[in-house]
Amino acid sequence: MSGTGERLAMEALRMQERERIYAQRKRVNQIGLALSLAAMAFGIFWLLWILWETVRLGLGGLTWATLTQMTPPPNDAGGIANAIYGSFLMVTLATFVGTPIGIMAGIYLAEYDTKGWLGSLTRFVNDILLSAPSIVIGLFVYAVVVARFKGFSGWAGVIALALIVIPVVIRTTENMLSLVPAGLREAAYALGAPKWKVIMSITLRAARAGVVTGVLLAVARISGETAPLLFTALNNQFWTSSLSEPMSSLPVTIFKFAMSPYENWQQLAWAGVFLITAAVLGLNILARVLTRTKI
Amino acid sequence: MGTLTAQDERSKISVRNLNFYYGRFHALKGVNLDIPEKKVTAFIGPSGCGKSTLLRTFNRMYELYPDQRAEGEIVLDGENLLASKKDVALIRARVGMVFQKPTPFPMSIYDNIAFGVRLFENLSATDMDERVEWALRKAALWGEVKDKLSQSGAGLSGGQQQRLCIARGIAIKPEVLLLDEPCSALDPISTGKIEELIAELKADYTVVIVTHNMQQAARVSDYTAYMYLGDLVEVGQTEQLFFKPRRKETEDYITGRFG
Repeated sequence: MSGTGERLAMEALRMQERERIYAQRKRVNQIGLALSLAAMAFGIFWLLWILWETVRLGLGGLTWATLTQMTPPPNDAGGIANAIYGSFLMVTLATFVGTPIGIMAGIYLAEYDTKGWLGSLTRFVNDILLSAPSIVIGLFVYAVVVARFKGFSGWAGVIALALIVIPVVIRTTENMLSLVPAGLREAAYALGAPKWKVIMSITLRAARAGVVTGVLLAVARISGETAPLLFTALNNQFWTSSLSEPMSSLPVTIFKFAMSPYENWQQLAWAGVFLITAAVLGLNILARVLTRTKI
Repeated sequence: MGTLTAQDERSKISVRNLNFYYGRFHALKGVNLDIPEKKVTAFIGPSGCGKSTLLRTFNRMYELYPDQRAEGEIVLDGENLLASKKDVALIRARVGMVFQKPTPFPMSIYDNIAFGVRLFENLSATDMDERVEWALRKAALWGEVKDKLSQSGAGLSGGQQQRLCIARGIAIKPEVLLLDEPCSALDPISTGKIEELIAELKADYTVVIVTHNMQQAARVSDYTAYMYLGDLVEVGQTEQLFFKPRRKETEDYITGRFG
């Protein structure tokens, strides 16, 4: 009898202990949850504030004239059409130049040279390039292109922006390709597919969403870059579609106008900020929609 | 160490004195084996015994990894695959493979099948449609997917995905089909379907299957090879190997006293 009583007592004790440990774990869980919620709230707070200010101040200055007229002299009516066009042209061209190079280099690193010395070297150099301050890249292009050809030009701007696109795309492409399971590659090879076919049709396709995201990150980044354009494309008060001339861009215009004491310039700067933000946001949403289909 | 199977079958693949290395690790030790044509041969043995390694030499899959290396002979219809000067893709077109985990390609069900076919044949649209249907029927999947061929292969259940992979493998009409634990990720019903499928496939193909499941080996195979620590211990007709094993080690393994 006493044996049974002892066993019951032991059982009760173990229950108690279990409940105590469980309660403790629950507390830790609650603290963790509270901390991560606080971190999220902190991030969202600033993000929403930025968006709110951008919309409030940007939307106010946004009129039809903003989109159609050239940058005006101080205290005169005008718009930022030339800056919008310049930014659009240079960002698009830089993306088209930088993306193929970046994707191909990323493929090389992930599929052809995962462990070799050339791969490791490329990866190392790319990491440096990735974290290089954009003003350095601007000055580099200034020295190599602008100084040599004796003139600021849209092309120099494109080159500087492309140099920023490339390392971002290389890095994301490589990372996304290495996430593709080895089994998928093996299955394609097992059918007798040559390597280039496996990469083009299977691995790159499986990693498509990630690669596209990488390209968009790069686009978002160069849309707002000021420093590399300051020394390369410079600025232009007038409309030009010739890339051999100095070219206006949104970030540089914003930089110039926002620093000025003129009310109408400041207003246009805010409109420019709003346009960049809206364009990047729209691009992101578009990319998500495009890569959502699972096939 | 191991020796040949029955002499009365025509052998599709003959393995002669095969040694295999992962870096410095000696994974297969002088394996000799004949795989009879249009029969099902099963490789059994405890984990790490080399059965998958052996299977992966038949289509030279190990070549994808630079530190893996095979020495010896694997003769397919009189041609030593290991010394072949031909592009390995042509070998893999003759020796298909299905893996442990289902691996649908990131494309539609139709394109999953057509992908491999397009590598070696230029078929008209109607011929391709026919081939896709033929392969899916053969893999007992046609009825379940015929209305959603343009949907993603990833949307199928695990068992359906694995049958899709088998369909993909047979669509290019190989002569040999290698199955590397094709049912280990599947439920019993899907497993049953695939086992039925294997029984039908041997009418046209030489099938080699690696399995952890001895009952499965007993159910589906005509010949069974027992491997242990890189050695081929015993090979023979499945019935004989399971009921009258010649070697003590085999008996211990199949009766569960070991492994």
